[in-house]
Amino acid sequence: MARYGMAIDTTKCVGCMDCVVACKTENNVPEGLNRDWIQTIVNGEFPNLTMEIRSERCNHCTNAPCVSCCPTGASHYHDGGIVLVHHDLCTGCKACVASCPYDARFINPEGYADKCTFCVHRVEEGKDPACVSVCPTYCMTLGDLDDPNSEISKLVKSKNNHTNLPEAGTIPNIYYLIGDNND
Amino acid sequence: MIEITNTRMNHLIDPSLHIWGWEISVYLFAGGMVAGMMIILGFFFFKGREKEVDCVCSILPFLSIIVLSLGMFALFLDLEYKLHVFRFYTTFIITSPMSWGSWILILVYPVLALSVLLKLPKIISKLFPKIEKISAQLKSNRKLVKSVGVFNMILGASLGIYTGVLLSTFQARPLWNSPILALLFLVSGLSVAAALVHMISKSVYERELLAKADNAFLITELFIIILFVIGMVTSVKIHQDAITLFLGGPYTAVFWIFVVLMGIVIPLIIQSLAVSHKVKHTPLAPIFVMIGGLILRFVIVNAGQYSSWY
Amino acid sequence: MNSISRRRFLKIGAATAGVAATAGALSKFTKQGVKISSNIPEKGIYTIPTYCDLCFWKCNAIATVRDGKLWKIEGNPIDPMSKGRLCPRGTGGVGSYYDPDRLLKPLMRKNNRGEEKWVEVTWDEAFTFIADKMNKIKSEYGPEAVALFSHGIGGNFFKHLLKAYGSPNLAAPSFAQCRGPRDAGFRLTFGEDVGSPERTDIENSKFLVLIGSHLGENMHNTQVQEFATAIERGTKILVVDPRHSVAASKADWWFPIKPGTDIALILAWLNVIVNEELYDKDYIGKYAIGLDKLKQAVANNTPEWAYPITGIKAEVIRETAREMARYKPAALIHPGRHVTWYGDDSQRSRAIAILNALMGSWGRKGGFFSPVSLDIGAYPYPEYPHSEKGKVDNPDNKYPFAHETITTGIREATISGKPYPIKGWFVYATNLMFTLPNEEETIKAIQNLDLMVVVETLPSEITGWADVVLPEATYLERYDDLNVEFFKEPFVAIRQPVLEPAYETKPGWWMAKKLGEKLGLENYFPWKNIEEFLDTRLKTGGYSLEQIKKVGLIKGERQPIYFDEGVTPEFPTPSGKIELYSEQLAAYGFDPVPRYRKHEEPPTGYYRLLFGRSPVHSFGRTQSNPILFDMMKENEVWLNKFVADKLDLKSGDYVVLVNHDGVRSNRVMVKATERIRQDCVYIVHGFGHTSKGFVRSRGLGASDNQLVTKYKIDPIMGGTAQHLNFVSIEREA
Repeated sequence: MARYGMAIDTTKCVGCMDCVVACKTENNVPEGLNRDWIQTIVNGEFPNLTMEIRSERCNHCTNAPCVSCCPTGASHYHDGGIVLVHHDLCTGCKACVASCPYDARFINPEGYADKCTFCVHRVEEGKDPACVSVCPTYCMTLGDLDDPNSEISKLVKSKNNHTNLPEAGTIPNIYYLIGDNND
Repeated sequence: MIEITNTRMNHLIDPSLHIWGWEISVYLFAGGMVAGMMIILGFFFFKGREKEVDCVCSILPFLSIIVLSLGMFALFLDLEYKLHVFRFYTTFIITSPMSWGSWILILVYPVLALSVLLKLPKIISKLFPKIEKISAQLKSNRKLVKSVGVFNMILGASLGIYTGVLLSTFQARPLWNSPILALLFLVSGLSVAAALVHMISKSVYERELLAKADNAFLITELFIIILFVIGMVTSVKIHQDAITLFLGGPYTAVFWIFVVLMGIVIPLIIQSLAVSHKVKHTPLAPIFVMIGGLILRFVIVNAGQYSSWY
Repeated sequence: MNSISRRRFLKIGAATAGVAATAGALSKFTKQGVKISSNIPEKGIYTIPTYCDLCFWKCNAIATVRDGKLWKIEGNPIDPMSKGRLCPRGTGGVGSYYDPDRLLKPLMRKNNRGEEKWVEVTWDEAFTFIADKMNKIKSEYGPEAVALFSHGIGGNFFKHLLKAYGSPNLAAPSFAQCRGPRDAGFRLTFGEDVGSPERTDIENSKFLVLIGSHLGENMHNTQVQEFATAIERGTKILVVDPRHSVAASKADWWFPIKPGTDIALILAWLNVIVNEELYDKDYIGKYAIGLDKLKQAVANNTPEWAYPITGIKAEVIRETAREMARYKPAALIHPGRHVTWYGDDSQRSRAIAILNALMGSWGRKGGFFSPVSLDIGAYPYPEYPHSEKGKVDNPDNKYPFAHETITTGIREATISGKPYPIKGWFVYATNLMFTLPNEEETIKAIQNLDLMVVVETLPSEITGWADVVLPEATYLERYDDLNVEFFKEPFVAIRQPVLEPAYETKPGWWMAKKLGEKLGLENYFPWKNIEEFLDTRLKTGGYSLEQIKKVGLIKGERQPIYFDEGVTPEFPTPSGKIELYSEQLAAYGFDPVPRYRKHEEPPTGYYRLLFGRSPVHSFGRTQSNPILFDMMKENEVWLNKFVADKLDLKSGDYVVLVNHDGVRSNRVMVKATERIRQDCVYIVHGFGHTSKGFVRSRGLGASDNQLVTKYKIDPIMGGTAQHLNFVSIEREA
């Protein structure tokens, strides 16, 4: 069974938001809402500064609180561990929105909980998600983390990386690459 | 110095989570109050003391149904996809407190209905003599009455705990993420329910009995709040950050003044004086307790949404 | 992670949330049903290749229509420019069609100029009015008295119209307000321009220097893609910028240089490289002249001399000079693009050119490649009438090295009537109110006009000053001229309509042709329609319209683009060599080798106003695009954290910027940050719209151009330097 994840190379990402725009057009995300976004973290004092730029979205956690708290089974794990929402099961109770430590979910104006789908409709056709396919810095890679020969597994192995809030216990599947691993 | 910027601007999430408004606070208050009422009335049914406490046993079951229905209506109002409300009952998700909650609520209604039958308000007995007959039959079965008492207590406790668990399982919101919350909401529900009886009961005996009980609940509640705060302060960083909302942060005044002082300490003093006959019983203290209980839900719901991992 | 700073950000969010709440109103015309191009079926998914118009880079794109609705726009995978990936603006191009503020009908002015009161007219009424005025101007002042300001390839048909009419006064702000000094500086050194798209081979560079150039925020697609490749390949990167730009965060060295002192830094590098003989000796020996004179000229410009001027430590300057030379010839000192800063910009660009010359990077892999193109002929038009008077913008060759028309020169002539009067302006797709420095002068010039025509898709500020507004269809609804690109690979590309023009909007070519016919210039528009025009041009290269419509672009064979691959080194300077010392400049009394001259510094309480780009907007043209509006609604003023503390300001507070002439900006949000020096502030260009037509974006953010009242003209080529303005900061009342 595949376990889809994403590796995002923060050393290359320039935070241009092309991923955000591409997601919006690909998935018809309504005005004023975004399924992905850019987080920038600056450390230090002028002029000794470091900056990490990250394209963020749903982490498609292996232990997803949004799935476990959903009272109707609308939030679920799809093939490959992709966390999705059945629109027709969702009551819009917003428990999942509250449960996500990454604040990745929102309520679609049609009433259901909405978020990144890893562009499952594209991935199942063998294509990259819209955000990955458009990125001008080629900083994103989607792939099977369970396959040791996949590009993503190699990247995660060969580069220093971190996930977001691993201490929240959600087992996130998006890895942020922060430079070569020289071990 | 760390600077964090984030381009996300999703309403309901940014600038901080604010998905739940008055509806959920009111629902949690109503649920807690009903839980308290069920435990109290269940206790007296179980003990076979329904004659001693007329108000508790004849009014509370009926009132519970009304309050619970109002609470559930508030919950319904909060749903973004109201037509799908039936989806709560097409499945049971063992990991979801909300799923537990919706099924508990379904079980509560028949038990409350039975309780109503066991001690019919006089108007109903007069208007519907047939129901009066059924009631008399049921009442005569002491085992049944005892069982109804037990079910009331069990379901009441479940409901009360559930209102807290609903929030406390959200590890994404550090302020909510404390098991003490379940106890706090349970005891607060009990104190509100007791205060209600204290306020509306016509019998002096019943009033004083429940006022005494309420004092015990309030003392317990105070103790739990202190535990809650200490628990947060001595926990990991995110919990420490979260509790600053009550310790110098934006919710400090409303929490300590309205919830603790007005909602617990002052009524506790008044009621203590009242039960020792130093002052007269007035509706003031119970009203304070109830308002305090309502504000507690608002404060916890709002402040919890404000707290996050970042 | 620090919860306190996160909360600070959250407050910023709260301030903009109000804007988001009002968003969501779909455009007035899309409600009535979008009309897709007639040759696309109503059901199913169809793709149409075209090229993008969100900026001037002209990436090749593929638009996808799903069930009769424009769905998305992606890069064309065979495109050497986009390599199949558009930038955020290109991806958001969908929104340019759905922009609720679009101009939809021809308009004529009702009251005074600038009052933005209009009467809707028919196209014929508009053309008749314009033609009458143009004929009158021609008979009274001559055809030269009508000038054209344009931006982008869409302007080609209007250039043609004006040339046929008899005017030589055709200008684009991209010269005098943007890249002009760079091109002059490189021409004086190598005999050739850097071009657009730039001929920089960033992906193969091993040492990349960016001076004020903020790739990543500045989204020139191919350059950003190559920049990312360079990062991946471990290219050494050095960024010179008073601001910790995105590029600076990726760099091995960040020089937070004192603004206005870049020349001193470059001279110090030259000094080290010449003295330590670190330059490419073989290359310089073969191709360059003037090394000795260069050495003499920079003899005193030691790193120790540069340190107190620039704030960059001498040993770091020396170390980086050596490091740079270690990677020659793949050491690329990027020429930048918007380089009109301090008035000596041609000289700074020349210093950069000389540094590149010493690295031997011109014509070399990892430096500057030699662009190639396909041989596609122009349309065989009759010869244009000859103008006796010549151009108006540069009288007596005042700016001897201006090789393009100077917009501000035309403006000056319009005000003064000298050397001859200008009575009509055509403005195509360039918002002069956001582009030309000193708004007041622009307005003064406009008040002298007998005719002011603006062709635009959006109600930009300049349209407010028009007599006639001609609403153009967006790039998704029209054909344009072919893009015969000069780049790494030769190709020709087509822009073709995906959708029918909304409402009464029309393509530019149609307007030019109709107006030409009204003016009796039919013989200059012999083609029946645009398809015939394009096909005729394509045939000259052996291609056809039918062929290119399907694929979007046709590539020629790969050709050598480096000297090492067989490109013949040619330097079309007077000496035929790279001129490290410029006799040309000496002849006009300019410094033959760049010299550092001190610039005015902000007085106490004032900060130098710097401006730049955001990756999600193009100039002032995209703020109303609903998708891009969502990405960034307003700009922020970057303020050093220490300064902000001193002024008791924090991120999210609103302030007003007041310049040295008392001009007050719109309110703008503070970004208190460690990422900028204390002596300057920074805003993203293009915000602070004032046009009534911009329903949502009006009044959001501050406009830098409004605050640029002071400007200096580059004496070499006439560029207008705009980083000379100082602002003080007042809390919003």
